[in-house]
Amino acid sequence: MYDIPHQIQETAVTDVKIKAKDVQVYYGDNHAIKDVSVEIENNTVTAFIGPSGCGKSTFLRCLNRMNDTIDICRVEGDILIDGDDIYDKRVDPVQLRAKVGMVFQKPNPFPKSIYDNIAYGPRIHGMARNKAELDEIVERALRRGAIWDEVKDRLQAPGTGLSGGQQQRLCIARAVATEPEVLLMDEPCSALDPIATAQVEELIDELRQNYAVVIVTHSMQQAARVSQKTAFFHLGNLVEYDDTSEIFTNPEDSRTESYITGRIG
Amino acid sequence: MTDASMDSAPVQGSLTTVDARTRKRNAAEKRFKAYGLVAIMIGLFFLVVLAVSILRSGIPAFTQAEVRVEFTLTQEQFDEAESQMLKTKAYENLFIAALQSQLEERGLEVSFDPAAIERLLGKTGSTIREHFRENPNQIGTPVFFNLAASSRVDGYFKGRVTRDTLVDSRFLEVSDLDLVDALADAGIIVSAFNWNFITGSDSGVDNPGGAGIGVSVIGSFFMMLVVLALSLPIGVATSIYLEEFAPQNWFTDLIEVNISNLAAVPSIVFGILGLAVFIQFMHLPQSAPLVGGLVLTLMTLPTIIISTRASLKAVPPSIREAALGVGASKMQTVFHHVLPLAAPGILTGTIIGLAQALGETAPLLLIGMVGFIARAYPEGVVSGFIDPNSAMPAQIYTWAARADAGFYEKAWGGIIILLIFLLTMNIIAIILRRRFERRW
Repeated sequence: MYDIPHQIQETAVTDVKIKAKDVQVYYGDNHAIKDVSVEIENNTVTAFIGPSGCGKSTFLRCLNRMNDTIDICRVEGDILIDGDDIYDKRVDPVQLRAKVGMVFQKPNPFPKSIYDNIAYGPRIHGMARNKAELDEIVERALRRGAIWDEVKDRLQAPGTGLSGGQQQRLCIARAVATEPEVLLMDEPCSALDPIATAQVEELIDELRQNYAVVIVTHSMQQAARVSQKTAFFHLGNLVEYDDTSEIFTNPEDSRTESYITGRIG
Repeated sequence: MTDASMDSAPVQGSLTTVDARTRKRNAAEKRFKAYGLVAIMIGLFFLVVLAVSILRSGIPAFTQAEVRVEFTLTQEQFDEAESQMLKTKAYENLFIAALQSQLEERGLEVSFDPAAIERLLGKTGSTIREHFRENPNQIGTPVFFNLAASSRVDGYFKGRVTRDTLVDSRFLEVSDLDLVDALADAGIIVSAFNWNFITGSDSGVDNPGGAGIGVSVIGSFFMMLVVLALSLPIGVATSIYLEEFAPQNWFTDLIEVNISNLAAVPSIVFGILGLAVFIQFMHLPQSAPLVGGLVLTLMTLPTIIISTRASLKAVPPSIREAALGVGASKMQTVFHHVLPLAAPGILTGTIIGLAQALGETAPLLLIGMVGFIARAYPEGVVSGFIDPNSAMPAQIYTWAARADAGFYEKAWGGIIILLIFLLTMNIIAIILRRRFERRW
C-alpha cells in the first residue's frame, strides 16, 4: 500500500467529494485493483493515468457501481461519496448513478432524437413536471455541453447523425442533464480528432466549476492540460497521487517517472 | 493451396509479367468462384424444378368441370323424395330426369341413358337436398344449379383422363365421353374457376370435386393465434430474462443447452408429448386447433427464444451502458432501449417460427388433426378453438393419401395455397425488418 502524500491529506480535509479506502476489485480470480485509497476533491479535475490494463477504468467504474453489471466482478473496501458508503446494501445503484454521471470512451448516443437523448435521464428521474420545464432542462444541459448553438435548430434530428465530437459533447450534456455531482469520464477523447478533443477539453475545464470531474486518459498531455490532480496506476496499484504539476515535473516514484517519460507502458 | 510461406526466393522481374505463384493464386480464386456459381446454379435448378412441378400439378385444382342446369322441384316431388329410404338417390333421379328432358328439348343427338348421366355427375343428390331443405321457399320455382361433374369428367377436361385410359373403368365409359363433348358444346358442362376449393370444406373420399381447403385454413388460423399468443410473450420474456437478468451459473447454462437441444427435437416427439399431456392427461378436446396450437407452441418456443436472444445480443453494450449511466434501472434499460432496438429481429424470428409451425404436419398426426373431415366452418371464436378441425398441411396429407386421382391434384393445389401463406408471412417479416431497423 502506498502512503498518500502528506500535503494532499491536508487539503483533502477541506473539500473531499469521494473517499476510497483499501479498495480491492476481483474479476473472478484476477485481482484487478489492489489496495487503492484515494481522495477525490470537489471542483477539481482528477486524471487517472497508467498503461493499458492497469485498472484505472475498472476503478473509475467502481465509483458509480457500473461494475455491478459484470457478474464475476467483486468489490471490497469502502468508497464514500459525501460520507455515504456507495456499496452499502441500502444504496440503490440507480440513485447513485443519477448523482454520479458517466461519459464513455466511445460516443454512445441513444438512437433517438437529440432532444430525447438529453430528456431521457430527467424523465426517468421525474425532474420535470411539464414540457416547458423539460425544455428548459434540455437547453441548460446542451448549453453546459457546449453544443447548444450547433443543435438548437434540429433538436428532433437523430443524435446518431452528429459528428463524433458533437456526439461526445451530446453524451456529456446527457450526463449533466440529471444534475450529477460527480462526472466520470472514461477516455472521452480517444475516439475524437484533435479539434473535437480540444473542444471537449475546454468543456471539461468549464464543468469543473460545478462538479468533481474524474477523467481516465491515455494521453499524458491531456492529463497535464486538463487536470489539477493526477493518479498514476500501474498493475492494479495506485502508485502515486498528487498535484498534476508535481507528478509531471517531480514524480516521487521511479515507475511514474518511467511512464511519463515513455519508458514503460 | 493457399499457404503463404515466405521462404521462397524474392520475386524477380517486372511487375507487368505475372509470375507462377501469382498465377496459381489467381487460378485458385477463379476455381473457388466457379464452385460457388455451380452451387448456386444447382440450387436454382432444383428451385425451378420444384416450382414448375408444383404449379403444373397444382393449377388444375383451381378449375372444376361443372354441370350448369336449371332445375325445378315441385312440392309433391319434395314430399315424395323425403318419404323415401334413400333420399339423396331420389333427388338424384329427379335431377337426372329433368336434365334428360332438357337435353331432349334441345335436340342433342346423343343417347340420354340415365345411367350415363349419373356417371357424369358428382354428388348431386345431397347438394340438391341440402339446398331445398335450407331454402324451402324455393320449392316450385326454377333454381339454377352449378354442380360439380364427376372426377373422371373433370379429369377429361384437364387432360388427366383420355379415351385411351378409360378402358376397363367402371366409373366412366368411353361412349360417355361423346355425351360429355356434346354437353360441353351445348354449354351445359363447363370448366370454371373452383371457388369451392379455396373456401370450401373437405369432402368424402369419392367426391374430389367438392373438396376445398377453406375450413382447414381456418383451423390453421386458429392454431397460429394460439401459437402467437403463447410463444411470443413466453419466448420474449424468457429471452430477456436469460440474456439481461439471469446470473451466469450452472443452472442457466443447463437451461441454455436444453433450449438449443429443444430446437433440434423432431416435431413428432412434440406431437406425442401433446397427445400424452394435453389430450390423455388434461382431457382437452381431440383434433382441436387449441391442442394443435399448444403443441406447435412447444415447437416454436425454442426458435423464438434463440432468435430473440440473438437480436438482444446484437444490441451494442454501449447502449446499455449509456442508459445505466444516466441512472436507468435494469428494467428501464431493457424496455426503453434494448428491446426497441431488438424488435425487428424478434419480429422476424417470430414470423419465421410461425411459418415453420404453419407447415408442420407430424405433430398434428398424433393429436388427431389429420384425417378428420371438417365439413363446416366453426360457428364462432370459441368453437374455432375447440371444435375438431384440420390444418392446411394435414389436409394436404389426407388428400395425398386418397385413391382418387382428383385428390392428388387437390393436394398439389393445397400446397400452392400453403406456399402463398408462407411467402406472405416471409414478405411481412422482411417489410417489418426494413421498417423498424434502426442504425446506431
